[in-house]
Amino acid sequence: MSDAIKPDITMDLKGMACPMPVVKVSQQIKKMQIGQVLAAETTDPGAYADFPAWAKSTGNEIISTDKKENVTTFYIKKIK
Amino acid sequence: MDVHQAIESLKNEMGRMRDERKNKLSMVVFSGDLDKLLAAFIIATGAAAMGLEVVQFFTFWATPALRDKKKKGRGKNLFGKMFGFMLPKGAGKVKLSKMHMGGMGTAMIKHLMKKKKVASLQELINLSAEMGVRIYICEMSMDLMGFKQEEMIDYPGREFVGVAKFLEEAGDSKIQLFI
Repeated sequence: MSDAIKPDITMDLKGMACPMPVVKVSQQIKKMQIGQVLAAETTDPGAYADFPAWAKSTGNEIISTDKKENVTTFYIKKIK
Repeated sequence: MDVHQAIESLKNEMGRMRDERKNKLSMVVFSGDLDKLLAAFIIATGAAAMGLEVVQFFTFWATPALRDKKKKGRGKNLFGKMFGFMLPKGAGKVKLSKMHMGGMGTAMIKHLMKKKKVASLQELINLSAEMGVRIYICEMSMDLMGFKQEEMIDYPGREFVGVAKFLEEAGDSKIQLFI
């Protein structure tokens, strides 16, 4: 599924620990346009719970999640 | 009394109550322990990432963590000098609440944090500044411990305030914490 998604920006957050993945994504998404997609690559196990919670609170959407070995990529669409 | 009318007025009342609280987190930072300060700043930066307005009120033992190691307070009396000497000079000097073990435990945890890429307290303070987390410092604690404003870290929007200022912020916050 994720092959079809062309992210506008990809962020390498591998190795980063809480709260950095969410902090970095929140800073990046502020600079983007509505409708653009951000791909966040993370190895933080907490990210599974954190990104959906962050998206819900900030009104953005996780359109896809892709797990390859220990790297999970969240595709986040800027909604507002 | 008409039940529908009662429900309607309750709904209005609840709506009014909801509206008074902002998407804001107010936090009392009381502890001067490294572990609790880390928690305070992780929650603060996380909340800022979630789109919340964040206010931290530093009081009592947390106050010395905001001293600048390169600065000096002038004109202190004997007690001020004593407190200044005995309390940690800045975020780099605070200790763990448990397992400090004469410095070994604290050094070990700092080593592990670096290895596991957990942000240090200083990095989290810089990040908080970048994300617009506001820091209020308790004027009374400063005075009691003999700290001078000129020896505290430069932090954007830093203010020296009393308890009423914090309570004003806490009063319309959705979340209030004491750490």
